Amino acid sequence: MKKILIAILAPVLFTSMVNFPDAGEIIKKVDENMTAKTQVIESKMIIYGKRNTREVESKGYSEGNTKSFTEYLAPEREKGTKMLKLEDKLWIYSPETDRTIQLSGHMLKQSVMGSDLSYEDMMETRKLTEMYDAKVIGEEVIDGRETWILELNAKVEDVSYDKRKIWVDQERYVPLKEELFAKSGQLLKKTVLSEVKKIGNRWYPMAINYKDMLKDGKGTDFILLSIKFDEKIPDYIFSKASLKK
Amino acid sequence: MIKFIFKAILRDKNRSLLPVIIISIGVFLTIFLSGFLSGVMTDVIDQTARFQTGHVKVMSKAYAENEDQIPNDLALLKADSLTQALMTEFPDYNWVQRIRFGGLVDAPDNAGGSKGQGPSAGLAIDFFSGKSGEVERLNIVNALIEGNLPQKSKDILIGFVFADKLKLKIGDTITFMGSTMYGSLAFESFTISGIVNFGVEAMDRGTIIVDISDARRMLDMENASGEILGFSKKEVYNNENANLIQNAFNAHYAQSTNEYAPVMIKLKEQNNMASLLDYIDAFSAMFVIIFVLIMSVVLWNTGLIGGLRRYQEFGIRLALGENKSHIYKTLLIEAVLIGTIGSIVGTIFGITATWLMQVYGIDISGMVTGGTMMMPTIMRAKFTPELLYIGFIPGLIAMVLGNMISGIGIYKRETATLFKELEV
Repeated sequence: MKKILIAILAPVLFTSMVNFPDAGEIIKKVDENMTAKTQVIESKMIIYGKRNTREVESKGYSEGNTKSFTEYLAPEREKGTKMLKLEDKLWIYSPETDRTIQLSGHMLKQSVMGSDLSYEDMMETRKLTEMYDAKVIGEEVIDGRETWILELNAKVEDVSYDKRKIWVDQERYVPLKEELFAKSGQLLKKTVLSEVKKIGNRWYPMAINYKDMLKDGKGTDFILLSIKFDEKIPDYIFSKASLKK
Repeated sequence: MIKFIFKAILRDKNRSLLPVIIISIGVFLTIFLSGFLSGVMTDVIDQTARFQTGHVKVMSKAYAENEDQIPNDLALLKADSLTQALMTEFPDYNWVQRIRFGGLVDAPDNAGGSKGQGPSAGLAIDFFSGKSGEVERLNIVNALIEGNLPQKSKDILIGFVFADKLKLKIGDTITFMGSTMYGSLAFESFTISGIVNFGVEAMDRGTIIVDISDARRMLDMENASGEILGFSKKEVYNNENANLIQNAFNAHYAQSTNEYAPVMIKLKEQNNMASLLDYIDAFSAMFVIIFVLIMSVVLWNTGLIGGLRRYQEFGIRLALGENKSHIYKTLLIEAVLIGTIGSIVGTIFGITATWLMQVYGIDISGMVTGGTMMMPTIMRAKFTPELLYIGFIPGLIAMVLGNMISGIGIYKRETATLFKELEV
């Protein structure tokens, strides 16, 4: 009987004795890699639909966690479409109708151009440390890289995902995998981050696959063609006037 | 003898008045409630068929599986040739293409900003060919409370509740934002040509209606259609006929593993209509059964009371040598006559009330606010030929049954004790 008890309890005791690093420190280092004062990104979204695959190219500017501006460059149908986020408001400009429409409420949960990303996903630029309490729950090796597995629980109300599970590279402090959950505990999205490159003094994933678990298909690849950190962005970019330019 | 009994019924009101009143009320309630239920349900089915399901509907298999989400990315391709094939194979039906779509409608203000917006449920039908019959089918001319039907590209009809909410009027521009069939952003500005009131909360709240050619361009759905609806040329849903053509059409694609292969679904198998149709039948049968049971018990009791009251009469008739069977027979003939009179009176009142309810109806618009069902806002009864007998026959049966049970007492009378009982 004793042997059985020891056999059952040993892994539990062993795990609890493992000296995991402080989860708060880990996500702080993740934030240092993933966020910046300003970012200028040229990207390509490959959207794997049920019937076709589309590629959408865009150029985006962001400043802190309150301002971002994206202009779509291709294909022809999307060319000239622009999105502006200021604080928690989002405007979309359509060159075809020359109209600017503000999105709010449940519309922000809609898919962006048929992709697996929602407008909320696109708008979310806050640091993890501002939104979540974290704890390390294990370790795993992903593609030869050792990772910490962190469980993140929201500490503020206005988050898109109440709970996250992230796999953070133990050396580079970049997430390699994420699972995003609703308040009910339902798994909503999975992301796989890859092609991690050293840019300046930070590591950054140049490709992300988003998979909406409520949709069929292979998900959406978000590929960074170029990224610049902490460049000066003119103020007019983050104004409604820039939408119609 | 019938004439004799009939005169007796008319002259002895105590014998006939109460049963006639009871039968009349029962028959009246059966007819009126059946007519009302039938009217409401027929309206619901008819509206659902015209606006949503058709008598049969063709979709891609993948679209049909997620129909509630209006997945236009799974729509039927080469819709024109498929429609043509349906017209050739099933000429007893009219076939029309429709596209349903959802998105956001934004009303611009004078400064180019937004004065209001709301989620919309779009419907695209064939306005411009003039051959589809959709305007008549959806009763759009009568539903127009302001303005005109779309005459040219980018004209749009809008539900009056939606128009009120966004403070829109004829000639105003609105912008639709949604997704194309392939997931791209769909933006289109339309001019309001008319405001409609269908009297169906689900339609009037957020509906926009455009020509199908506009929707195809806006949603990248060239020669594609979300749904192809079939309507019987007899304009009445016939489940057996719908079943036949459904089986015949689906047999063509039975072996296909292509998830975009077309599939035909009859009205009864859409929108939980099967349970609704079964409910109608079950409720109608229940009315009749409950009516016969309750009436029989009531009339049995009435017969017993009558039997007690006529105890002396039956005694004298037996004493005079009348056969027990003969008395029982006359009692039943009397029941048939009383039942007939009561049923006729009840039927007249029931049909009249049903007709009044068919003409005037009850306005329940205040009660269905926020509803999503194709529920008419004015509930009306419907006169059908079956109402002429649905109350009459049970009324007659209940009366006869009640008297048959209570009349059994006649056979328990002993001739030997009659004079003692009658204290002669």
